[in-house]
Amino acid sequence: MKRPLMIKPYLRLSGLEPLTITPFTNFVNIGERCNVTGSRKFLRLIQEERFEEAVEVALEQVRGGAQILDINMDEGMLDGEKAMVRFLHLIAAEPEISRVPIMIDSSKWEIILAGLKCLQGKGIVNSISLKGGEEEFKRQAKTIKRFGAAVVVMAFDEQGQADTYERRIEICKRSYDILIHEVKFPAWDIIFDPNIFPVGTGMEEHANNALDFFRATTWIKQNLPYAKVSGGVSNVSFSFRGNERVREAMHAAFLYHGIKAGMDMGIVNPSQLEVYDEIPKDLLEYVEDVLLNRRPDATERLLAFAEQYKGLKKEQEKDEAWRNAPVKERLTHALVKGIVDYIEQDTEEARLMYERPLQVIEGPLMDGMNVVGDLFGSGKMFLPQVVKSARVMKKAVAYLQPFIEAEQKGNVQKAGKVLLATVKGDVHDIGKNIVGVVLGCNNYEVIDLGVMVPAEKILEEAKKHQVDIIGLSGLITPSLDEMVHVASEMQRLGFTIPLLIGGATTSKIHTAVKIEEKYPQGVTVHVLDASRSVPVVESLLGDKKQAFVKQIRDEYAMIRERHRLQLGIKDFISIEEARKNKLQINWNEALIYRPEKPGVHVFNNYDLIEISHYIDWTPFFQTWELAGKFPGILHDEVIGEEAQKLYDDARQMLDQIIKEKWLSANAVIGIFPANSIGDDVEVYNEHGHVIALFHTLRQQNKKAEGLPNYALADFIAPRELGVHDYIGGFAVTAGIGIEKYIEKFEKEHDDYRSIMLKALADRLAEAFAELMHEKVRKEYWGYARHESFTNEELIQEKYQGIRPAPGYPACPDHTEKETLFNLLQVQKNTGIKLTESFAMQPAASVCGLYFSHKEARYFGLGKISKDQVEDYARRKQKELAEIERWLAPNLNY
Amino acid sequence: MSITKAELQQLLNQRIMVLDGAMGTMIQRYNLTEEDYRGERFKDFPHVLKGNNDLLSITKPNIIREIHEAYLKAGADIIETNTFNSTSISQADYHLENIVYELNVQSARIAREAADKYTLLTPEKPRLVAGALGPTNKTASLSPDVNDPGFRAITFDELAEAYRLQATGLIDGGVDILLIETVFDTLNCKAALYAINELLEERNLDMPIMVSGTITDASGRTLSGQTTEAFWNSVAHGELLSVGLNCALGAKDMRPYIQELSEKSWVYISCYPNAGLPNEFGQYDQGPEEMAALIEDFCRSGFVNIVGGCCGTTPEHIQKIAEVAARFSPRIVPVLDLSA
Repeated sequence: MKRPLMIKPYLRLSGLEPLTITPFTNFVNIGERCNVTGSRKFLRLIQEERFEEAVEVALEQVRGGAQILDINMDEGMLDGEKAMVRFLHLIAAEPEISRVPIMIDSSKWEIILAGLKCLQGKGIVNSISLKGGEEEFKRQAKTIKRFGAAVVVMAFDEQGQADTYERRIEICKRSYDILIHEVKFPAWDIIFDPNIFPVGTGMEEHANNALDFFRATTWIKQNLPYAKVSGGVSNVSFSFRGNERVREAMHAAFLYHGIKAGMDMGIVNPSQLEVYDEIPKDLLEYVEDVLLNRRPDATERLLAFAEQYKGLKKEQEKDEAWRNAPVKERLTHALVKGIVDYIEQDTEEARLMYERPLQVIEGPLMDGMNVVGDLFGSGKMFLPQVVKSARVMKKAVAYLQPFIEAEQKGNVQKAGKVLLATVKGDVHDIGKNIVGVVLGCNNYEVIDLGVMVPAEKILEEAKKHQVDIIGLSGLITPSLDEMVHVASEMQRLGFTIPLLIGGATTSKIHTAVKIEEKYPQGVTVHVLDASRSVPVVESLLGDKKQAFVKQIRDEYAMIRERHRLQLGIKDFISIEEARKNKLQINWNEALIYRPEKPGVHVFNNYDLIEISHYIDWTPFFQTWELAGKFPGILHDEVIGEEAQKLYDDARQMLDQIIKEKWLSANAVIGIFPANSIGDDVEVYNEHGHVIALFHTLRQQNKKAEGLPNYALADFIAPRELGVHDYIGGFAVTAGIGIEKYIEKFEKEHDDYRSIMLKALADRLAEAFAELMHEKVRKEYWGYARHESFTNEELIQEKYQGIRPAPGYPACPDHTEKETLFNLLQVQKNTGIKLTESFAMQPAASVCGLYFSHKEARYFGLGKISKDQVEDYARRKQKELAEIERWLAPNLNY
Repeated sequence: MSITKAELQQLLNQRIMVLDGAMGTMIQRYNLTEEDYRGERFKDFPHVLKGNNDLLSITKPNIIREIHEAYLKAGADIIETNTFNSTSISQADYHLENIVYELNVQSARIAREAADKYTLLTPEKPRLVAGALGPTNKTASLSPDVNDPGFRAITFDELAEAYRLQATGLIDGGVDILLIETVFDTLNCKAALYAINELLEERNLDMPIMVSGTITDASGRTLSGQTTEAFWNSVAHGELLSVGLNCALGAKDMRPYIQELSEKSWVYISCYPNAGLPNEFGQYDQGPEEMAALIEDFCRSGFVNIVGGCCGTTPEHIQKIAEVAARFSPRIVPVLDLSA
């Protein structure tokens, strides 16, 4: 009898071709670039549905040596499932790509499932872990096994991510045992990711991060038979971002030691790996000192050494060679680069060359701005740069103005006149100002009426100046209604010029459904962001207007039609049913935390330095239309450089704001006894007398089995139970004193600094709200005294309790601010005022309620039905029509 | 008169087992008309039914029984149900997607009765029924639209649902084995495996599963582009009794791929080629002797555990193949080396 053939239990993957990973296989490169969270470029391609180019990214990696492709579509703004499926379908059609196995990388189980259903080969799921407990882990592992994929298991459990050697091996061992014994998962299909964390962060506890990974890898390979080890390598050098030279060296050195320890594969950028042997010896020594924690001052030494590489680059930036070029080229250079240092001198030189000062504007300056416009239009320049260019332009024009007036030869020929205004009741104007700048750059005359402009004023000015277009802006929801009003007035008064709608709460669908039909004589267009304003205005004032208008009308008609159809489809339940399906909390007084310091507390002139530590920078970049998470955005391959410059400018101004006390920050908080009565919340004073009544709204869309219809009142104990509960409220501002500086910047034609200051004040106000919330949790209410989160974790809202703000998704009714303002005496205590639309002034202010229960969570109210709106109007003792106006965006009828 | 998986494995360790030959080729011999396909039950059906061979299990059961018996008589150990196209996806072409459960139950019953009859005649040679699950007429990993490579005419979930229904009918009708055959797109096969393993777990059954792929041309790849080893890696998780190749190529051209599978996989190997390549009239003219000689080479080389025939083969072919198979010992299944 012959002996059977022995087959080794290797990890055997496949795309169109097999990939077998044996103990003799060299390190396996997993391509990292098809990842929306790691590559800004890839994210943009996916967001803009430029799938053909996204497929190119995959192809480049395979050609560059990737043996497996990691694919990640985890981005909040994306339909991740859809993007994953579409992308996998497309690369399946490219044999050169699909020959390699796919790694489906997601933290969302639905995306993993959707991905698995597209793989004909044997791929890898990245990742699962014990984070959500054993049951979920087993269930997911079993499903992955049934789909026939290998799996990456993260060293993560119910307690959190493993950050020591001991925790790493403990979790990997436990995961392995469950997979082998309970799920019967093939051991050779298990790949551990024992967490690659940054080194050289300056923090003592991070010094061993790389060493612990290496040791854990060795332990896994020795103690968990057949299991493999992988990891995301670029994480290790996170604190050296911005210094690619050091990072590449560090990655190469990390892999060298990782592979020696037994690492089988890693997520890397294969075309950007430095060869270990080619790292300069001195650099290698410094890098390895850090990686292997060989000396206590390793990080400082590497940082100092790394400066050389950075320094070299900086010197090049200060290249003054352009000063030797002819004046016309110098002007273009100054405009494109946003350099104001020599602009008056160069403008004067140009003025002397031309017959008339106007010709300087029409000639070299406009030519320069056209270059800027082209670069911006083709995505090669970004908004902050354009605003800086505009600053240069404005300075040059201001310099020429007296000469032009002296000549009395009238005005520069403009491409058209656009009137801009933030509507009545609203004070937010950053976006509007950016639009003004961008239009100005493109040779449109902009008449900016500022904020809180009533309809009559807008239309009066429009007539007076004979403008070609009106643009309305607004940030808070009541502004939507005001825009509808302006549109109706334009119709009534016989206007025919185009109306543009923009601002954070506006949308194409609202414009199509609510505004456009009110103004049939003209045309109404929603403008998504500042960069779109130019092409829209150009189309509306150019010779292709007819075609453009028809296209917009058709599109909006279709949107309306779809909206109407959808209204009929979506399932809503009656308010009674929704209340029956409220969140059920098992109220128990023992679990309710009595506030340490109840009552009202006021904080004036709060320390801005402390506030600045709580800043979430990501929205700051969004203001400037740079999309991406901070700090990753600073290293983005496309916008990283500009983001870094913007950030440097912001930090510089922030230092000045703090040092020179430009702004003062005030806050008021209060914590009171409270109980819910139905969907309302009664607030009591210390004697048990009702001092305020908050009204909350309940979700009415039909929920899946087991999901409640939330209202904020659910998070407060009902009065009938006799349980004593509490609620808190707050209002903070960081905008006191801002006007003086804004005026100054505007006088200096410096939109860049004006917008920057407003954006920073907004960030400080949000940071202040975050800070006060922490203070409340740890000290004033005190229910989480031992909480300790990093700013990153605070931004991710990892703490217990919420602080919903009136006007935001959980309580869209802005008028509730009035109750809050009375309760906390906000105006007296902080200086924040409410406008007639309940916008806060200064704009850099935040207010909201505090809920402390551990079940309290943010939710979106969504659409609600008339039965609830009628009931709500009765509870608030307001006219139905008035309530309907405030809640317009939330009505399902 | 079912057989357990363990009993079947024992048989496979003792001898090379024989699968039957083509169903379609045999049906052609009856020169059936549209009326024959319709029978009494579908005489007023508004769509053409001629060519829907699977429907004959309901409208002409005796013909199907006769064909099964002809193969059993020729020496087949395993006969396949007449259900190659009995998924809701394929039957939709005939507007008969509503009767697929019944089609599968009925086809399985006919085969079961025929097999049991022969098992009674020769108890030392138990006869088995394999429920045939074809590839359907759609592909989950290829776009039928050249202008839109991202388009798919069918999804994994739709396939899994269709296969689940088919497998339910086959099991309820009494099959011993489920055979996913003529796999030209591995993703379709993975959907079938997913559905079947889920179903078997729910019903607490340990029914053997066979998978048989198709290498469509001399490049050595499946229609969806996989090499043989990549194909094996992709289906190895499916709790399989066997893996193998059928259809498309004749035995001669199939050799290197059967060899590769036999070396790479640690389950039993099946092989049932066409009777050569089709001639210019689309007919297969490799005779029984000629084909049996090629199969003999596979048996001698120790590549196979289950042999039979696909398109163009007849009871005469199977008889010759059975004679050859009886003279050789089966391939010894490799084992996973867990010693390290």
